[in-house]
Amino acid sequence: MVMDMDMAGGTETTAYTESNASAETAERGSLDAVLHGLRDIPQLPARRRQPVVLFPQRERYFDVVSELLDAGCEMLADLCVVDYLLNPHRNLPEQVVPERFEVVVNLLFLGLGERFRVRVQVPESDPTIDSIYDIYPGSEAMEREAFDMFGIVFNGHPDMTRILMPDDWEGHPLRKDYGVGRVPVQFREALGPR
Amino acid sequence: MTGTSEYASSTSEGAQELGPRSSESVKELRRERGAVLRGYGSSAEEIPAALEGGIHGKAALPGEASSSGFTTSPESFDEGPVGETMIINMGPQHPSTHGVLRLMMELDGETILRTKPVVGYLHTGMEKTGEELMYVQGSTNVTRMDYLSPLNNELVFSLCTEELLGMELPARAVWIRMLMSELNRVSSHLMWMATNGMDLGSTSMMIYGFREREMVLGFFEKTTGLRMNHNYIRPGGVAADLPDGWEEDVELICDNVLRRTEEYDDLLTGQPIFRERTEGVGIITAEEALGLSVTGPILRSTGIPWDLRKTMPYLAYDQVEFDVLVGTYGDNFDRYAIRLNEIRESIRIIRQVIEKMPPGDYRVQDRKITPPPRARIDESMEALIHHFKMFTEGFRVPAGEAYVAIESPRGELGCYIVSDGSAKPYRMHIRGPSFVNMQAVPVMLVGGLVADAVATTSSVDPVMGEVDR
Repeated sequence: MVMDMDMAGGTETTAYTESNASAETAERGSLDAVLHGLRDIPQLPARRRQPVVLFPQRERYFDVVSELLDAGCEMLADLCVVDYLLNPHRNLPEQVVPERFEVVVNLLFLGLGERFRVRVQVPESDPTIDSIYDIYPGSEAMEREAFDMFGIVFNGHPDMTRILMPDDWEGHPLRKDYGVGRVPVQFREALGPR
Repeated sequence: MTGTSEYASSTSEGAQELGPRSSESVKELRRERGAVLRGYGSSAEEIPAALEGGIHGKAALPGEASSSGFTTSPESFDEGPVGETMIINMGPQHPSTHGVLRLMMELDGETILRTKPVVGYLHTGMEKTGEELMYVQGSTNVTRMDYLSPLNNELVFSLCTEELLGMELPARAVWIRMLMSELNRVSSHLMWMATNGMDLGSTSMMIYGFREREMVLGFFEKTTGLRMNHNYIRPGGVAADLPDGWEEDVELICDNVLRRTEEYDDLLTGQPIFRERTEGVGIITAEEALGLSVTGPILRSTGIPWDLRKTMPYLAYDQVEFDVLVGTYGDNFDRYAIRLNEIRESIRIIRQVIEKMPPGDYRVQDRKITPPPRARIDESMEALIHHFKMFTEGFRVPAGEAYVAIESPRGELGCYIVSDGSAKPYRMHIRGPSFVNMQAVPVMLVGGLVADAVATTSSVDPVMGEVDR
């Protein structure tokens, strides 16, 4: 097993790792090479059909994703954001400090038929993170959607504008503190019958 | 909420649109010209320096051929004289943009220089709605996203919920799901054949495609009660068993559709006008497709045999025989050929499903997850309680996160659910293949003719309900 046992935080996770470590090693041996260089990144092991999850610091996020591309993760499958405002307690490795926002990146290793997940904590006070557009150009639309829905600003993105909501929309609808019922008139320029 | 109002106010009117060249950054311009840049690391700083002559300079760009071997050739077309190009707007109300898609293009004469798809006209906040609905109700929401393959949407949502529940399904439920999602692939591709034919001026193809699709929808209606938006595949199994005599119905569909794909060959595949319009048009390379996260028939048209049914099997796809179809050139014709032959492969799968359909339950008999049969409610107190609890409180799902992806007719359809242990998803995110594939449009259109824009957009097969969600 690649990940350090003491790194996987939470009692539930540790128990899983111990009981399945031997079976996992044989089955997932080909992943060792990919994860070797990322040993110091806090991780949660794969479980059931869910892949290994990496928890880099915000500052190391770009480099970690670069390394994963170099290792052969050719495709960015998905990028989304979760707002943990109302659900601060979640299963994280011990070293990871939970923040309000979490950027979740799902990568696809075509050669191995494997996935990797990268989860990065983004604080409410400074909702910015590096864009991975230069690594995966396919992140363009997904990062725009994340900005539109959560207000996370991706530094280095070529076109950080809203994608689904109108240009002059106020607020970011998928945030948990965005009131569903308080939406004002949507298109201000639309005139009445007179 | 720090920063929210600041950024919201800085997105002024029109920022989503395609602006004049002078108002856009180099990176943005390159994006709209279809350059798929993978020069990470120092490239972000080096690009502006390398473009001393502005965007029109022909200097070789660092990062163009990056260490990972991805190359692009933005010089492969003429940029057009400054001041003599025009930006035109196609959509959102346009008969052949497959819904409310708006394409903005900069043209030099008839040649497309830059493209930007502007989306969001059908945005209804379905991910937000998903947070307000219980898992029991969730499939009624997701089924409306990709309205041409609703069963696939229900399937991915149900699989993701079951992944969080740690649940295994009875074999019959799995095979019914497979049957329905393959039939749905057939109907979705038939719909694509129809609209693509119409976009290329073959009106008869439109009528034929709709005619065959109607047969499949007829079977869906018989099984699920509805032609579309079925809410048939639910967490825990499917809503009802297949109707009596379903084998004959499905066999009839298979025979008819298979025979008519031969007619499509006569009508389109060998027809010179159709081939002229599609061959060599809307080309995308394998590197570009991978870089842009493009999946489904578009990725396969570039020669990459990536089909989640084969490469990362779910349901029981590892127990049926079928081939993954790939193209060579990544052009419109390849995508047409792949979809036409995927109809045949799906029928091959469906025939095996008819043969191998196991007996048994069509859903788990766990009264916390699936409702009791109607007849039991009249005679059993527990059944009545379970039924009441089921539809008032739903069922609780253990806290955790799961991402599950399936191969929808359009590509990788993913669902990421975060559960906080309650009966509603804390966050439900759908990775819509149409939304991501839309990024390939500028790459495919650049340097081509505006007359081909409609055909190429059609070959991406976007469903705006899924793009905008």
